[in-house]
Amino acid sequence: MSKTITIDGNTIPFEDGQTIMEAATAAGVYIPHLCHHPEFTPHGSCKLCTVKVNGRICSACTFPAMEGQDVLNNTKELTDDRQLITQMLFVEGNHLCPGCEKTGNCQLQAVAYHLNMLDNHFPHFYPNREMDASHEDVLIDHNRCIFCTLCVRASQQKDGKDVFAISGRGINKHLIFNSQSGLLKDTDLDATDQAAQICPTGAILIKRTGYQVPIGERIYDHKQIDQVSLETEHHQHDK
Amino acid sequence: MKQFIQDLAETNRYQATHLLHILRGVQSRFHYIPEQAIEQIAELLKISRTQIIGVIEFYSFFHLKPRGQYELLISDSITDHMLGKQSLINYLSEKLTVAVGEVRQDGVVSLDNTSCTGMCDQGPAGLVNGYALTRLDRTRIDQITDLINQQKPLDQWPGELFQVEDNIIEPGLLLSQSINQGSALQSAFKRGLKETLIELDKSGLRGRGGAGFKTATKWKFCSEEQGNQRYVICNADEGEPGTFKDRVLLNSYAHRVFEGMTLCAAIIGAQQGFLYLRGEYLHLYDKLQSVLDERRQAGFLGNNILKEGLNFDIEICLGAGAYICGEESALIESLEGKMGIPRNRPPYPVTQGYLGKPTVVNNVETFIAAASIAVKGGDWFANVGTEKSKGTKILSICGDCSRPGIYEYPFGTSIQSVLNDCGARDVLGIQIGGPSGTFISNKEFDRKLAFEDLATGGSFIVFNNSRNILDIVNNFTHFFAHESCGFCTPCRVGTALLKKQLDKIVEGHGSAGDVVALEELCQLIKTQSHCGLGQTAANPVLTTLERYPELYQSQLKNISYEPGFDLDGALETARRLAKRNDAGAHLAQVEE
Repeated sequence: MSKTITIDGNTIPFEDGQTIMEAATAAGVYIPHLCHHPEFTPHGSCKLCTVKVNGRICSACTFPAMEGQDVLNNTKELTDDRQLITQMLFVEGNHLCPGCEKTGNCQLQAVAYHLNMLDNHFPHFYPNREMDASHEDVLIDHNRCIFCTLCVRASQQKDGKDVFAISGRGINKHLIFNSQSGLLKDTDLDATDQAAQICPTGAILIKRTGYQVPIGERIYDHKQIDQVSLETEHHQHDK
Repeated sequence: MKQFIQDLAETNRYQATHLLHILRGVQSRFHYIPEQAIEQIAELLKISRTQIIGVIEFYSFFHLKPRGQYELLISDSITDHMLGKQSLINYLSEKLTVAVGEVRQDGVVSLDNTSCTGMCDQGPAGLVNGYALTRLDRTRIDQITDLINQQKPLDQWPGELFQVEDNIIEPGLLLSQSINQGSALQSAFKRGLKETLIELDKSGLRGRGGAGFKTATKWKFCSEEQGNQRYVICNADEGEPGTFKDRVLLNSYAHRVFEGMTLCAAIIGAQQGFLYLRGEYLHLYDKLQSVLDERRQAGFLGNNILKEGLNFDIEICLGAGAYICGEESALIESLEGKMGIPRNRPPYPVTQGYLGKPTVVNNVETFIAAASIAVKGGDWFANVGTEKSKGTKILSICGDCSRPGIYEYPFGTSIQSVLNDCGARDVLGIQIGGPSGTFISNKEFDRKLAFEDLATGGSFIVFNNSRNILDIVNNFTHFFAHESCGFCTPCRVGTALLKKQLDKIVEGHGSAGDVVALEELCQLIKTQSHCGLGQTAANPVLTTLERYPELYQSQLKNISYEPGFDLDGALETARRLAKRNDAGAHLAQVEE
């Protein structure tokens, strides 16, 4: 008899060592997330995957599944908070979807649609952030960085490099590159690295590939992020 | 420079965990961390340059651009403000001819604000090249200006500028009775370590940092973990504005703190301990090192302590200006030479702490209490206090009272009796537990100091009726936005939004929906944040909004909506460029 937890009243099996996120994904239950990716050490920073475990707020991507857990995921209260957190990410940076190459492929945008976000709610920060177009094949637009650290982790854990890091404190956090000049061109990043491909927003783009897939034929143009996420990550969690 | 850094790295045994030590050395010598130093340290410690830059940009006392040869910082705590800090810093800025936040053109001096330096009983306070300045006034500022302009080395400055008083006004159970050096360890070995842990359990001692976890339980959990490497950490990163008790305890009761740590090491089986001392207490560093030396010579530290086969030593690590490092897992990250970002839990430090090994982290006061309990027994302590809060609590009292300083009270003592003792009159309210605690109004002074009523890590700030509550809340809210580590979205963005939203209301630009929006934001930050900093960052607003809703409402304009920005103000640059200031060059904020 395998161990189980319940999520929104449904019984779900889990194995020792699995997080709530892993157990949920394996069972076909979507928990919204941005900084989580099944192939990397969970980070727990975006807080979109916040669930209520026996009345207590926890991040599903880092919290271990344990016998007897009664998890609330798809409730109005949590969805409202997730929407507010997504809105925070939008106003913190400069996210102008209509002019962004990532539109339709962007997880931030897709999560916002999924959560029925219709406005930005909070006042915009309009931060003054620069771009780094120095690299031959990869473009960085700091305006769209949400500090999920997926590029940091991918570079370290998959590419065997150490190209990216998040520096600074509080609202002044920013992405930095591991080179003496501080420019991306002087790092050992290649466009084929997973770190260059993994950005959930349009902060890291591969040059000369823009709009090769037309708008209307992109990942989230026809499918919601919950469906895409379960299709792709279900398999990856099993690896 | 090359040789200097080489030597510094060697002294620190090329350990990446010692990154903060090394950067402190570089900052103190060059008044910034030069690019060349970053490259060299990265190579010597075998860490990436991005880790070093991350650390430099995380801690307030490290800089990538040169600061003055005299780095002058003025404490921005609410208590400093109440003592006239703002007019002092303006005066200082004028005298030194340097703007706040800037370096003077000749590079001699830089001036800036800093979070509370823990001198609230003797402010306005500041730091010069890390060393505490107290009781600043215009005379002292004139003196300091002259010393800086003459470029006198700090060791030639008059000692009274750096004089720090203990101000122990009301000693109680722990502070009035001295224990002999080594007696806690002797008693523990004589009684038996297991039996001593039972005494500690019987005493009911709960952690004094604020959270109140039972100390004996924490030590027991840690001792039961697998493996042979364990650590003891004393959290002396006393950053909560209004708190300064650990400063006094480390100045005058350091032996007992170290004795408590050694006792913990004996019980859990640790060989290495750390005192994480907040950077603002640099003035205590040498003295604490000599206490450690004394203890080594007396056989209370080192190998085979008291010939009982215990090997244990303590290292002092200085912080570098980050309130978040008072959070235990952020403190551990900082000890490991990283940015102070709170870890995901579980695992908790008792199972995976410093370098992933089982670790006990306790407050300075907790170790003092534990050492005393080892000598005097559990009942001695448990007989004092309330059912759920045993023993006494040491308070740092400051603000509007005639006798600021250190007071020790049995748990269960009423707020009114504390106020009577410290000479507080015409009281408006009190901030208990610092900005992350609770604001109580003058209708609640029959409430009690206790975990079950008003819990506090020690901060107790008195406000009289001349004070403006919104100014206080504004100061605290800005503090949290400045100190948020930025790891999680709700706190990183939320504290910055909260600052904006509160400024909007305080500055009189708020309209009908703005207090509701403020409260909604507060609730989100409180429930969704990753750690205690975020979870309590909205407390100043929430606890005063609950008590004085009319105060917030009265700030609002009588219109349904007011934008968060000043439309007419935004046109100022355009007017200046166009040399116009007629009616047509102005815009109404909303249509009347």
